[in-house]
Amino acid sequence: MARSEHKIKIPSSTRYLEDVRRFVEKHAQAANLPDDAVEKLKIAVDEACTNIIKHAYQGDSHHNIDLAVIIAPDRFTVRIRDEGRRFDPSKYVAPNILESIKKRRAGGYGVHIIRQLMDQVEYRSQGKVNEVRLTKFRLSPERYNGDGNL
Amino acid sequence: MSNFSVGFRSRGQVTVLELKGELDAHTASELEAAIQKCQQEQNHQIIVNGENLQYISSAGLGVFMAYIEEVRENGGDIKIASLQPKVYNVFDLLGFPMLFDIVATEDEAFANFQKNGTND
Repeated sequence: MARSEHKIKIPSSTRYLEDVRRFVEKHAQAANLPDDAVEKLKIAVDEACTNIIKHAYQGDSHHNIDLAVIIAPDRFTVRIRDEGRRFDPSKYVAPNILESIKKRRAGGYGVHIIRQLMDQVEYRSQGKVNEVRLTKFRLSPERYNGDGNL
Repeated sequence: MSNFSVGFRSRGQVTVLELKGELDAHTASELEAAIQKCQQEQNHQIIVNGENLQYISSAGLGVFMAYIEEVRENGGDIKIASLQPKVYNVFDLLGFPMLFDIVATEDEAFANFQKNGTND
């Protein structure tokens, strides 16, 4: 089966998170991913885009976020690109919910959720472009004949 | 226009917040405003009914984390009821069931408020 790719570009504003979720949902369902994988992808992509809006672009909505879903026989990948501040995944420490509650402070859980829900998370930067790839592997790729039938 | 809304309903001394739609970083401020309204009106017994809540991300969960301590210090609680399984799974991912009263039905949440000896 040839790889297929579908793209979308959104402004860096949280009002477009719903559009991103619909985009991922549509293509993940069309690729015959199971419902739970579709839900996990929606959340992970939402969290990644929210982080880009809040941290890479520091809340400035005048930038763009480029997304692509890449559908292969054995996996479904969402590639997200921005040109904001680079995120260093090695410096991330997941917060503790008890501490968050005590400090009455939300936030910082997006990366933790992404890592829990995705089978593979890759970060790379080239020049001013930052890229994160979120991948779910298909459970039985050898049975997928590329026509949407298992 | 957002696809998220919070409905308010009273059951005795308990305020029920009916969440509808999708709770994400864009719509989380609406939930925050709803909880703040409860606090301002001295309504500290809150049930969040998630029967029609289709989606939640960490932004939505963060609102609960930010306010639960204050609500409990005021003698109340935020109990969470009727979550769809796919939404419950996200709460579970962050360990919410250990720290929040998450129950199957609104009636159970209401009964838990009565059991705790709060006014009804």
